[in-house]
Amino acid sequence: MSQQGYVAAPPYSQAQAGMGGYSTGFGNPPPQSHYGYGSPPQGYSAPPTGVLKPPSSSPSGMPPPPVSTHYGSNIQQNGAHPHSFPPPVASAPSMSPYGQPPQGAFHSMAQTPPPTQQLTNQMSAMNIGGYGQRPMQGPQSPTSSAAPQYQTSPPPTMGHQPLSPPGPQPPTLGSPPPMATMGSMAGPPMGMSGPPGPGVQQPPMGPQGYPQQPGSPIAGPYGAQMAGPQMAGPQMAGPQSGAFPGGFPGGPAQMAGPPQKKLDPDSIPSTTQMIEDDQTKRGGQVYVTNIRGQVPPLVTTDFTVQDQGNASPRFMRCTTYSFPCTADLAKQCKVPLATIIKPFAIVPKNETPLYIVNHGEAGPIRCNRCKAYMCPYMQFIDGGRRYQCGFCSCINEVPVQYFQHLDHMGRRMDMYERPELSLGSYEFIATLDYCKNNKPPNPPAYIFMIDVSYNNIKSGLVKLICEELKTLLDRLPKEEGAETSAIKVGFVTYNKILHFYNVKSALAQPQMMVVSDVAEMFVPLLDGFLVNFQESRAVINNLLDQIPDMFADTNESETVFAPVIQAGSEALKAAECSGKLFIFHSSIPTAEAPGKLKNRDDRKLVGTEKEKTLFQPQRGVYEQLTKDCVAQGCCVDLFLFPNQFVDIATMGDVPSHTGGSIYKYSNFQMEVNGQQFLSDLRKDVEKSIGFDAIMRVRTGTGFRATDFFGAIYMNNTTDVEMAAVDCDKAVTVEFKHDDTLSEESGAVMQCALLYTTIGGQRRLRIHNLSLNCSSQLSELYKSCETDALINFFAKSAYRAMLNQPMKTVREILVNQTAHMLACYRKNCASPSAASQLILPDAMKVFPVYMNSLLKTPALVGSTELSTDDRAFHRLLVNSMGVEETQVLLYPRLIPLHTMDVSSEAIPTPVRCSEERLSESGMFLLENGLSMFLWLGQACPPDLIQNLFNVPSLGHLSSEGTSLPVLDNAHSRKIHSIISSISQRRASSMKLLIVKQKDRSELFSVSTWLRTRVFTEARPTWTSCATSICFGPDTRVVLLIED
Amino acid sequence: MTTYQEFIQQNEDRDGIRCSWNLWPSSRLEATRLVVPVSCLYTPLKERPDLPPVQYEPVLCSRANCKAVLNPLCQVDFRAKIWACNFCFQRNSFPPSYAGISEVNQPAELMPQFSTIEYIVQRGPPTPLIFLYVVDTCLEEEDLQALKESLQMSLSLLPPNALVGLITFGRMVQIHELSCEGIAKSYVFRGTKELTPKQIQEMLGLMKPATSGQQGKPLAPHDAAASCRFLQPVQAVDMNLTDLLGELQRDPWPVPQGKRPLRSTGIALSIAIGLLEGTFPNTGARVMLFTGGPPTQGPGMVVGDELKTPIRSWHDIQKDNARHLKKATKYYEALANRAAVNGHSVDIYACALDQTGLLEMKPLSNLTGGHIVMGDSFNTSLFKQTFQRVFSKDYNGEFRMAFGGTLEVKTSRELKVSGAIGPCVSLNNKGPCVSDNEMGVGGTCQWKICSLTPATTLALYFEVVNQHNAPIPQGGRGAIQFVTQYQHSNTQRRIRVTTVARNWADAQSQIQHIETSFDQEASAVLMARLGVFRAESEEGPDVLRWLDRQLIRLCQKFGQFNKDDPNSFRLSESLSLYPQFMFHLRRSPFLQVFNNSPDESSYYRHHFVRQDLTQSLIMVQPILYSYSFYGPPEPVLLDSSSILPDRILLMDTFFQLVIYHGETIAQWRKAGYQEMAEYENFKQLLQAPLDDAQEILQTRFPMPRYIDTEHGGSQARFLLSKVNPSQTHNNLYAWGQESGAPILTDDVSLQVFMDHLKKLAVSSSA
Repeated sequence: MSQQGYVAAPPYSQAQAGMGGYSTGFGNPPPQSHYGYGSPPQGYSAPPTGVLKPPSSSPSGMPPPPVSTHYGSNIQQNGAHPHSFPPPVASAPSMSPYGQPPQGAFHSMAQTPPPTQQLTNQMSAMNIGGYGQRPMQGPQSPTSSAAPQYQTSPPPTMGHQPLSPPGPQPPTLGSPPPMATMGSMAGPPMGMSGPPGPGVQQPPMGPQGYPQQPGSPIAGPYGAQMAGPQMAGPQMAGPQSGAFPGGFPGGPAQMAGPPQKKLDPDSIPSTTQMIEDDQTKRGGQVYVTNIRGQVPPLVTTDFTVQDQGNASPRFMRCTTYSFPCTADLAKQCKVPLATIIKPFAIVPKNETPLYIVNHGEAGPIRCNRCKAYMCPYMQFIDGGRRYQCGFCSCINEVPVQYFQHLDHMGRRMDMYERPELSLGSYEFIATLDYCKNNKPPNPPAYIFMIDVSYNNIKSGLVKLICEELKTLLDRLPKEEGAETSAIKVGFVTYNKILHFYNVKSALAQPQMMVVSDVAEMFVPLLDGFLVNFQESRAVINNLLDQIPDMFADTNESETVFAPVIQAGSEALKAAECSGKLFIFHSSIPTAEAPGKLKNRDDRKLVGTEKEKTLFQPQRGVYEQLTKDCVAQGCCVDLFLFPNQFVDIATMGDVPSHTGGSIYKYSNFQMEVNGQQFLSDLRKDVEKSIGFDAIMRVRTGTGFRATDFFGAIYMNNTTDVEMAAVDCDKAVTVEFKHDDTLSEESGAVMQCALLYTTIGGQRRLRIHNLSLNCSSQLSELYKSCETDALINFFAKSAYRAMLNQPMKTVREILVNQTAHMLACYRKNCASPSAASQLILPDAMKVFPVYMNSLLKTPALVGSTELSTDDRAFHRLLVNSMGVEETQVLLYPRLIPLHTMDVSSEAIPTPVRCSEERLSESGMFLLENGLSMFLWLGQACPPDLIQNLFNVPSLGHLSSEGTSLPVLDNAHSRKIHSIISSISQRRASSMKLLIVKQKDRSELFSVSTWLRTRVFTEARPTWTSCATSICFGPDTRVVLLIED
Repeated sequence: MTTYQEFIQQNEDRDGIRCSWNLWPSSRLEATRLVVPVSCLYTPLKERPDLPPVQYEPVLCSRANCKAVLNPLCQVDFRAKIWACNFCFQRNSFPPSYAGISEVNQPAELMPQFSTIEYIVQRGPPTPLIFLYVVDTCLEEEDLQALKESLQMSLSLLPPNALVGLITFGRMVQIHELSCEGIAKSYVFRGTKELTPKQIQEMLGLMKPATSGQQGKPLAPHDAAASCRFLQPVQAVDMNLTDLLGELQRDPWPVPQGKRPLRSTGIALSIAIGLLEGTFPNTGARVMLFTGGPPTQGPGMVVGDELKTPIRSWHDIQKDNARHLKKATKYYEALANRAAVNGHSVDIYACALDQTGLLEMKPLSNLTGGHIVMGDSFNTSLFKQTFQRVFSKDYNGEFRMAFGGTLEVKTSRELKVSGAIGPCVSLNNKGPCVSDNEMGVGGTCQWKICSLTPATTLALYFEVVNQHNAPIPQGGRGAIQFVTQYQHSNTQRRIRVTTVARNWADAQSQIQHIETSFDQEASAVLMARLGVFRAESEEGPDVLRWLDRQLIRLCQKFGQFNKDDPNSFRLSESLSLYPQFMFHLRRSPFLQVFNNSPDESSYYRHHFVRQDLTQSLIMVQPILYSYSFYGPPEPVLLDSSSILPDRILLMDTFFQLVIYHGETIAQWRKAGYQEMAEYENFKQLLQAPLDDAQEILQTRFPMPRYIDTEHGGSQARFLLSKVNPSQTHNNLYAWGQESGAPILTDDVSLQVFMDHLKKLAVSSSA
């Protein structure tokens, strides 16, 4: 609820006040269900904001005032809606969406509130999401703080309702306390919304229940919205008290009507608030995966997972945890059914690492028909002699050696002794049948391929790499418990010809072998190319010392590229192992060789039908290369150091199909990018990874995986091939119905990943996940996961842009968003004014993300952006997991001027909006790819002094400033913030220091900032706004202007 | 008057020439009736310690299509300072530098004793010799080790300023850069992909000027030597190269069971030749290929890598079953021609127990004057010493090798040149003295001989074109001038000019004279070369038949006999040995492939067509010496009757040196009598052939296979297969057991052969 905080933010005081009043008063009820923003607008406007459009618009202005005006209209529109509830309580109207439930809830709510104010408050916050947030926002405006509480209280009520429905669920969630935290989460409310109807009546638990529910859905936000409106109402009300009901409408009216130009950013559901609420509610807790279809905490929340039969959300995260039962329903709501699988996601130290199961020589036990692996979803019957596959329902014999008696519950006695019967994720030892040519695999190899053409020599990069490798190679990943890494290393340098090195330990000095036949690449040596670093250390160091000198006076500026990859792949082939190529490349490969590229960067194409061609890789050579690499288990990591166009769309083709990563350091300069590059390189070398992987996602009957997105290669429609897959790579899998799902059996899926470990063992990693099914759309909406959704949308849009005009892609995104929300409104929300924006709590910030997605470099279609940057971005996102897309689309904006140097924690981020930047402030902005330190013009000099050791901002040189390490609290603090942020991210981020109104802010950075970082930037939201309105025919129109 | 014997000897010593006839029939018709053509064996670089080269340029006839060199046969008008060319009769004035010429002050080239003279000419900067080692690494460890040592040793034998390069090959081909410090650098090529010379040069970065020109960067002009990192002066890189060779490893690619190692000989050679082509065209260079097996992949492959498919045999070839033969031969021929055009020669040192594809690769050496050495292993003294001997030096301390030679032949009007047989290629220069009637490599009066040694001997065949109705005046002489330009091993350019003349004789009136002028040794070799040349392209039986017919015709022409009375048949002394040579030639491995692999045949033929007369004769009819207590060592008949129990025999076939201990001797030796002081004489007897053999071994190139065997020893077959099987199991009892050893063979003996010959010669129907 509170989550909606967004709402809160703006109107704070008002809202809060309002909220307080309302919520408490009425309530909550309304909130949950919808989030109907629309309604909220007014009162809520704030809360609702989240919701979105309408609210925002209306509210934006100060809700109150406008409201009045709107009133009239509102009334009309909402009229109906409000009525249902409203009559009773102002809040009621908002409830309307929930309609029935709400009311019930109300009551309950009402009751609850009394309990404890604080709790209630929290609760309320929960419910409203928005509210909660508000409180949060409170921070922004101290005054608000009080208010929030109020609001909170109301929400609780809301919560109650939801609870009831969830009733069942609650138990699990159970603890009321969580509620509190939950409260923050919109979650509960959601739950509410869905369940509300029923639940509503079970007011009792109210608060507690809520929390739990929250867990489930996002009710919170809704609630919030609801509340919001109400809240707003109050404020608004203030002005036009009577209006309540009307109030809402009013809001909408504004929205709907001739949209006002101004949208109060604060009226937009606050993402930061939502994140914070979730963190508050569920952070630090243990998330037990024993329940089918439960919605996990947000990716931004720190929580501990206890695997009890479903894969950790770190491994698999779904767009919704409740699938619609029928294809029709799915079609109707258009909410994509997808899961984002990060098979090698890092498991925090405090969680149990995956167990390894060995089923002996016969190999893992699998269903005879669908080949699913033994997992908790297999039902043992017939006294344990047979089992029924949870996926295809086939009845299989239990192998003799695997037989076990069943207990009185029909479970195997050894269930808890066998990970494959009790856990969501575990690994099998694969037998020779699972190995290439039935031979055990060799340990993988890392081949470092360094472009030694003029550019890289001149920039000092070659020397840098060589120096770094000397120490880095000591830190190659190794198998658990192994003394040294089994990974072999090899070295290649190249310009337009390739140089291989023999670094056999027996040699006194390395040997260089030049292959100039780039037309048909081959590996010139076998023995001595791939070696154990420890054994060949002396020769390798000798080599690394010599490389920079050997090419010191090169004037070769042409390079080849495809042959380099081919060489690596051939080398691995010759050595019969899988592995990874680290290619350090500087320029577009123009030398006469296969895969030669030409500069096809034509910005004139931007905005035309042909724009897509800029992102389509040049086919032919690279296509075949991809195939070869995948077949060989050869992953390609590309480090690019371009000074100009290099056709990343093409050069990135192989990496992006082989589970590789692409790093780009434009205009590389040692002083500026050196550290960032080294740190990327270190992470890349050290990170955990599996090779020669093949992934299969099996599902229960009724639906199946139809589409896959990621750094993968598909030879057929079911097998996902990855030359390698590391801890940062995620595959997004979309599901479609091919039959009806039943609510009882739910939807189960099993992701099986066959791969080779860094020690050269063949393993099968299994992730199982079970979801709910429902014939109620409200359930679905309640169980949605916005972060996962946006991940899916980003990837699918980025794929679509290869085949469709950018405009079409954008339209599709907007339309689908609108459709999803409209469908919600139509089917799940209580009637409300047409102009009211009603958002499911779980999706209340979805439009914000969507807006942000539309403004990503790849999609934005600006001629100011380099084609390479756009292509790069496109490829990056392709393999991203939910966490990465989340922060990319909603960067963290951390105020530093107010930080408490004595606290360990990172200061709470504020909403990522340009208007949050205050002249007297200092902010750190981070999106997972870059980090900006923004210095306001009136930044406190003592802070500057502490951080930069110069007396004032004016003394900072405008370019290339770095952040010195100084011995004072501020400096230490900021460095610790930066490093703790960096640790979380897959790639290291270059820190850019930006002074307000500086030239660099405008150019070097601002394109980025504007289009990418300040996704909520005022211009966007105020001047044109994202508005989702319902037209007369209840069609949703989502307008996003810029 | 000296005998012909002496005359011939004198001519050979002075001019390195042996003619089949020392009087030439004066008409074309008569010449053809002589059966053995007017021809000669010429050894262009015959060692002449007594002949100091002159330090000026030769004086040439000014007629454009003559350009003959001033020689002792020219008529000179000392007063007018004019000389008349004896080939085209053009009158030329002497160049200004000859102003002081007079009858008493003649330049060397006009003196009769300088019918062969050598000029040192200065043309352009001297170019160093180039040695490019092409080394197979698919060898057994032991072999490779031995080869590495030989190669390392050879570095000390090379002239210090010589350029040296190294290519190694196995599955891949590696060309090593020699001038680098700290890191051993090499360029690697796939062994299966044929590359054009241009591609090779591009890939080796030898086309720098072109590419950098494109980039608009000025490139300091530097000489080829500096730009080529692959060929470096020995003195600069011998340490490097020694280390490099020391670190050379066997080809690391695994060889699965039942497979041959993949050997990219074809590509290695193409890269070697491409490299030289691009960097040092028209400069003396030796590509030295050391290989331990047949090429098994890529262009030029001779056999697949499946061990179950054996390498082609003569049988396969006759049945047209040799899959790769034609293609490979064509490939190597093309390579050889490229090398030859640029004056580079290719040596093949093939050491393996099985065949190594010499049959296919032989054009490389045959066309470029390179050596072929065949041995069982690199770890044998045969190879080691032979290889050392490549770098042997003459009395002046200079290498016995010369490069980039061209031989031009000029003839007086009555003669035309039909062709040459030897380690040469045609330069396709159709001068006025070229006959349409080709024998050997014909259609030209100029040949390229990329590499020469003092022993290199060419057979040259001529046609008498004078018509019989245009008699040559009495005392007229026909003249031939051989002009050999070459790069001496000390890098000087030199020209050796040999001008010889023979009297014309009317065959009708002077047939006796002509007959006595017959050089049967030279003729035997010349005919043998023709036979071998044919054998290379024709089926064996046809060649034998052709040889037989020639022999019969010759006997008919010069024999004294009564028609149809074989017993009356007599040959004059000057022809008496000729049939015997032919008999042995028929049995020789040059024409018989039975019991020889195609590689062996190629090897034998290769040497046969390049050695001088003495060595060639040894090859045709091996020499057999006998050592016994009954007298000093003596040559004995190459006949089974010479094989006696109380003799030690030493047989020299050129390719083998066989010491054969007769039955009794062998028993004594076994009993160890030689160890006893009282049998010192026996010890000496045993030692004598060894010493003689040692003497032969000292000078022979390639080192012969040295075989010490005894009666009943398996290696005795080398002897038994060579001797005339006068005693066989068929006639053993008729001859009695006392004399000699029977040979188990169905081959005809010399007697039978002669009987048939006589019969056919006297037959009126033949």
